[in-house]
Amino acid sequence: MTFSPALEQRFEKLLTSYPPGRQRSAVVPMLLYAQDEIGSVTQELVEEVARRCEVTPLQVDEVIGYYSMLHRRPLGKYHVQVCTNICCQAVGGADLYEHASRMLGVGNKEVTPDGLISLEEVECIGACSWAPAIQINYDFHHFVTPERFDRLIEALRDGAYERKAS
Amino acid sequence: MARMRERLRKSAMRYNEPSPLEIKIVSQRFDVPNSTSIDSYLANEGYAAIQKAIGMTPEAIIEELKTSGLRGRGGAGFPTGMKWSFVPRTTGKPTYIICNSDESEPGTCKDRLLMENDPHQLIEGMLIAGWTIKSNKGYIFIRGEYRYLIDIVDQAIAEAYARGYLGKNILGSGWDYDLYTHTGAGAYECGEESALLESLEGKRGIPRLKPPFPAVVGAFQSPTILNNCETFSAIPWIFRNGGAAFAAIGTPRNGGTRLMCVSGHVNKPGVYELPMGFPLTRLINEVCGGMRNGKKLKAVIPGGSSSPVLKADECDIALDFDSLAKAKTMAGSGGLLVLDEDTDIVAVALRTIKFYAHESCGWCIPCREGTAWLKKILTRFHEGGGKQSDIDLIAELSGNMLGRTFCALGDAAAMPTTAFVSKFRDEFEAYLAKSQVSQMPELAVV
Repeated sequence: MTFSPALEQRFEKLLTSYPPGRQRSAVVPMLLYAQDEIGSVTQELVEEVARRCEVTPLQVDEVIGYYSMLHRRPLGKYHVQVCTNICCQAVGGADLYEHASRMLGVGNKEVTPDGLISLEEVECIGACSWAPAIQINYDFHHFVTPERFDRLIEALRDGAYERKAS
Repeated sequence: MARMRERLRKSAMRYNEPSPLEIKIVSQRFDVPNSTSIDSYLANEGYAAIQKAIGMTPEAIIEELKTSGLRGRGGAGFPTGMKWSFVPRTTGKPTYIICNSDESEPGTCKDRLLMENDPHQLIEGMLIAGWTIKSNKGYIFIRGEYRYLIDIVDQAIAEAYARGYLGKNILGSGWDYDLYTHTGAGAYECGEESALLESLEGKRGIPRLKPPFPAVVGAFQSPTILNNCETFSAIPWIFRNGGAAFAAIGTPRNGGTRLMCVSGHVNKPGVYELPMGFPLTRLINEVCGGMRNGKKLKAVIPGGSSSPVLKADECDIALDFDSLAKAKTMAGSGGLLVLDEDTDIVAVALRTIKFYAHESCGWCIPCREGTAWLKKILTRFHEGGGKQSDIDLIAELSGNMLGRTFCALGDAAAMPTTAFVSKFRDEFEAYLAKSQVSQMPELAVV
């Protein structure tokens, strides 16, 4: 498998980051960084990571079910993650998730038919003091109201969404 | 409103206005322009602490830390100096420094700010740890969701290499030290230190049997210093100003300040740096501007979702490890959820247990089965199908988990559940009354 030059560079660095003979440490980071580029954890990727880290494909397989960010199926181009844990719940996070599901017409971990947006109800993302919070891919959005959520989705659909950390 | 947002964006990557009651130690550079750059760090006392520490013996460094009264900010509150003193320095094995930035205890959002605003402070804290045990490698384990922070910290690490604070022969001492970031991929359990080490080694994050503790057998089977991001971040200040000065800020045996992450029904939720032992009522009323919409306080969850809830009449309390332990709860990770009179405690209990059931690694039976059953019973209860005996069953199940699981996750699920039921039994009873009423038409048909 070949990856973008930036990812290849990242992999090269990962393989030298750990003590000699401990390349297995790079398995989880490699899977996550590669998933971001190719969309999901494919069987081909499992074998490629196993080869590069000098472990068996089974040793790669066994971590995939454990880590919630690793997915075997592709997500939407934009993965919208709504936190409903207690701090977000206290200020409307659960209602926001219901709103998101209705508005997008998809359930938890489902993708819109055009493949643009996937939705996930997630556990605490570390934005408790600025709740309710969501993440779109890796971008945080704080104090999200249903109206603000609709505007964000509109921007995703119009291609007007800009990366923004708050 | 728009102007306030604009000002916040310009002043710093802080998402709430600071409070005049704060004492800024770990957050002292949050409002400095370009606070993540090494030039800005150096211009603000940066890397002065490592210069000082390099002239000290490991024993003197550990003594200074003990004097400071610094205790682990990840949740357990273990004295940092003592933790470092457990690391054997003569095994001949390599040693490692690990930073736990896998922040995922619900209610906690402080490590994010520390890495976002002051990554060099964290690097310097880890440098001092490295020098103390002459370690040559350190890893910053950052939760996968915090990808933008990995970029910020990687950039800071690169700058530190370029200026000779990392790499070979640091400050002419002959000591070499490399530092790396490592991403998690979504697992609350990896915040537990031995699970984190398993994850760092490329495996499922299943906790290890302790002892041996990580100090003796940690990363890659070697002696390891493993601390929380905020703990490391406090260390440079301690070495610049002295352990005694840090200790003087807090309460006895609870040195310094901590970042308190307040969420829920207050007017000004936010992350505030306050001295250990700060009164909870002042935190709510003065720092956070009181309860939202003039509502009455019902309860506070004082140290992340795993800490037992405090009822309103128990909130006249000092926020430090010992005072909260005395009240049979804990300071934990510093995440405080403030709940008003309209809060449905049964719904909070259910959401809490849903989380722990989701995050249980399934390795040991009391946790795997206990969280699953609690979730099942609480769900049924919340949906109106509860029975009187369920209330005692919930208490019994969580009681049976306490102290009987492989790691603290089982306790983290059981402790808050037990407290919700015992302190708000009337609310559970009311649910029952409500659900019995809703079942009446069905009964009439029969």
